[in-house]
Amino acid sequence: MGKYILRRLIIALPSLLGISLVLFVLLALAPGDPFGELATNTNIPPEVRAALRVKFGIDDPIFVRYVRWLLAMLQGDWGFSFASRIDVDKLILQRVPTTLFVVGSSQILALMVALPVGVYAAMRPYSIFDQIANTFAFIGFSLPTFFTGLLLILIFSVNLGWLPFVYRADISATGWHYYWEYFKQAIMPITVLGLFQAASYTRYVRSAVLDVIRLDYVTTARSKGLNEGKVVIKHVVRNALIPVVTLVALQMPAVFGGAIITEQIFRIPGIGSLLITSILANDTPVIMAVTFVFACLVVIFNLLADIIYGWLDPRISYR
Amino acid sequence: MKERELRDLIAEVKTGRLSRRAFVQRMIAVGLTAPMAGMMLAQSGVPMQAAEIPYKPTKAGGGGLLKILYWQAVTLLNPHFAVGTKDQDGARIFYEPLAGWDAEGNLVPVLAAEIPSKENNGLTEDGLSVVWKLKQGVKWHDGKPFTADDVVFNWEYARTPETAAVSIASYKDIKVEKIDDFAVSVKFAKPTPFWADAFVGTYGMIIPKHLFADYIGGKSRDAPNNLKPVGTGPYMFDDFKPGDVVRGKLNPNYHLPNRPYFDTIEIKGGGDAVSAARAVLQTGEYDYGWNMQVEDEILQKLEAAGKGKVLITETGNIEFIMLNSTDPATEVDGERSSLKTKHPLFSDPAVRQALNLLIDRNSIEKFIYGRTANATANFLNAPEKVRSKNTKFEFNIEKANAILEAAGWKKGGDGIRAKDGKQLKFVYQTSINAPRQKTQAIVKQACQKAGIDVELKSVVASVFFSSDTANPDTYTHFYCDAQMYNTTMTQPDAGFFMNQYLSWQAATKENKWQGRNVSRWRSKEYDDIHKQADEELDSVKRAAMYIKLNDLVVTDNYILPLLRRPKVSATAGNLKLPVSGWDNDLWQIHNWYRET
Repeated sequence: MGKYILRRLIIALPSLLGISLVLFVLLALAPGDPFGELATNTNIPPEVRAALRVKFGIDDPIFVRYVRWLLAMLQGDWGFSFASRIDVDKLILQRVPTTLFVVGSSQILALMVALPVGVYAAMRPYSIFDQIANTFAFIGFSLPTFFTGLLLILIFSVNLGWLPFVYRADISATGWHYYWEYFKQAIMPITVLGLFQAASYTRYVRSAVLDVIRLDYVTTARSKGLNEGKVVIKHVVRNALIPVVTLVALQMPAVFGGAIITEQIFRIPGIGSLLITSILANDTPVIMAVTFVFACLVVIFNLLADIIYGWLDPRISYR
Repeated sequence: MKERELRDLIAEVKTGRLSRRAFVQRMIAVGLTAPMAGMMLAQSGVPMQAAEIPYKPTKAGGGGLLKILYWQAVTLLNPHFAVGTKDQDGARIFYEPLAGWDAEGNLVPVLAAEIPSKENNGLTEDGLSVVWKLKQGVKWHDGKPFTADDVVFNWEYARTPETAAVSIASYKDIKVEKIDDFAVSVKFAKPTPFWADAFVGTYGMIIPKHLFADYIGGKSRDAPNNLKPVGTGPYMFDDFKPGDVVRGKLNPNYHLPNRPYFDTIEIKGGGDAVSAARAVLQTGEYDYGWNMQVEDEILQKLEAAGKGKVLITETGNIEFIMLNSTDPATEVDGERSSLKTKHPLFSDPAVRQALNLLIDRNSIEKFIYGRTANATANFLNAPEKVRSKNTKFEFNIEKANAILEAAGWKKGGDGIRAKDGKQLKFVYQTSINAPRQKTQAIVKQACQKAGIDVELKSVVASVFFSSDTANPDTYTHFYCDAQMYNTTMTQPDAGFFMNQYLSWQAATKENKWQGRNVSRWRSKEYDDIHKQADEELDSVKRAAMYIKLNDLVVTDNYILPLLRRPKVSATAGNLKLPVSGWDNDLWQIHNWYRET
């Protein structure tokens, strides 16, 4: 087992290196530069722009810049943002709690909806409940989050005036009032993300349970005279959820990566909105750091998913 | 407008027959700025007299939280690094300049005790120096006194190239000396008619010496106070998350009585302009929304909710089409649009004249921009009431046809005019932005009726406006026949703005397309007058020269001004604030209050 993990980690290294190289080259080749705004500002003489380019090292060849970036990264120096001139790691750390809270809660909400609905639907396939659940699941993952987000804003903020649609990471209230405000502003984004995710989870859980529920050992359990609840929970769900757990583990990087569109709509200061604003501002060090961290998370959680899978299903062995 | 006429107008203001406001509007109409008009009056003996800014609260505080929404978030809080207006406004809560510009071109003192003039010995006859007297008893947020040393330090800081300050242009050519603890003198290398640039307005905010002295030059990025401002402003630093929110709290030791009104202030950033307008005008979640780049139709709908209103303020911003005077199709020494070439079509004045007649400015204003833009014929500015006498615009397809016909451009079988085997076909580019694409369509349609075939091209804004030397699609490369964009005039003096048509400023491969003359339009007469104006001390003569420059550019039809773009913001119905198009949105943040 230890050997297996070690081998996987060693394999991961070149792929991460490759990813970083591809990212870096793509960003370097992409049009635009961080000083676009300076260009249209008549107050700033071109010399200043040129000096800034030199200072930030943008005029060096791509390869030199990549090696410089890689060496710094290995020493834990992530560089600094061109736009705000502060260190990238600080910038990212500021955003992590909000993203974890919003996207994390939405994943929990998604599971809380998908598990019971999926299992129940699979227990009675093609029943009315299954049909309705299926219809909603299809609607759920066909509607993009930017649409449902705007829809919710229109209904609950504009027409009813119940919920705020601008998310404020630090609310200047105390005690219960603080929690209430925080909860109120988080309802819409979490619902939008959670239900979207729940739709696909539901379909997945349903088919996984359906696969298992017809197997002979389930029939055996039933014929032993166990009640239905015990059969489903102890015998069916336990086995059916193995692939679902893997799926959730693979979703985890997204929890850290944030939800770009939803964060933009609700002005949530998360990683996703950091990524999009830095892309728009051509703030290369920030884009590099966010995408690279994301790549690392994907690799790590893939490995984790494999390990969990083996742990849950003893038939799988590591060689 | 000649110098003579200007003098007459000023005399009328002096005797009171013409109001100050009317004069300023006249000056804006001929392409000058309100601050320049104010300077002219001041020099001619009409003192600057900023209107009393109304302020009712009788004690500081008690206003609760002021919620401001910017759809681009503040990313840094050092005013000397502030590239965009969002960053300048973020810094303006905490830092203050010596003086600011009001809507009518008056200097309004902030940290200065008074505005320099000949009467108070602030200005000299030779135009080589200005003496600024500083307000006494002003304290930094940490309790240290604000003195002349701080002012001198800001000059040192900004002018050092290694500091990489974006305010460098205002400070690199001057010398600042301390006279005593509360007076500094600014010395110019040559007679400078427009003296109120350094320490004034957008790039004039003063940072404290005792916190930044160790971080001058190359170490500028390491200063801990880049993120935790300690200024003299009405609000003290509370919290800052780059790219998200900046918060301040009432400064109990603020140097003006009964101010500020609000206990805390918050600038939240991000999202898009339409939903920002919604949050202020429709749901009332926020009190102030910056830069409402939203179609007027939508703004009107949102305003109908009755929670807030739209504020429209004059600025020097202009949306215009420029025609290439060089040939983008021919490559000379590795660059297209080389100065050695001439545009095959636009070198014929008849074609340019016809094109100017084919732009339906009124329709563009009416159907696309609504209240948020006004049609203009001047390169600088023109409010509707008082249009310049020198230049006017007209939309006339028949006349355009007649001009082209007379110049020998005959319609071919495909309906496109041609002369000497050259067809009247050109490419017209701009950045991707819905109103711009609609404008392109309006121009294309009219051109079609006159036998001109226009191909439209749109480039992503982040590419179009980048300074990437390798990308041929940037607006400074101008590898295209015609292009359209909005140029902003943040500097109150037209001098720097007008250098974008100097022949030595032409954007070329040699200067990595950093030159400011993008159209490559060149005129010896223009160069000469601009040089003279640079050293002309008499602000009236100087103004006459700038008007002449404007006319030179506009009447040659290479530059086709379309619309004046005012500043558009949204405010809560009960919020009272003084606005100015010549300074930041928050230039008077200490005077904001809520009517109850």
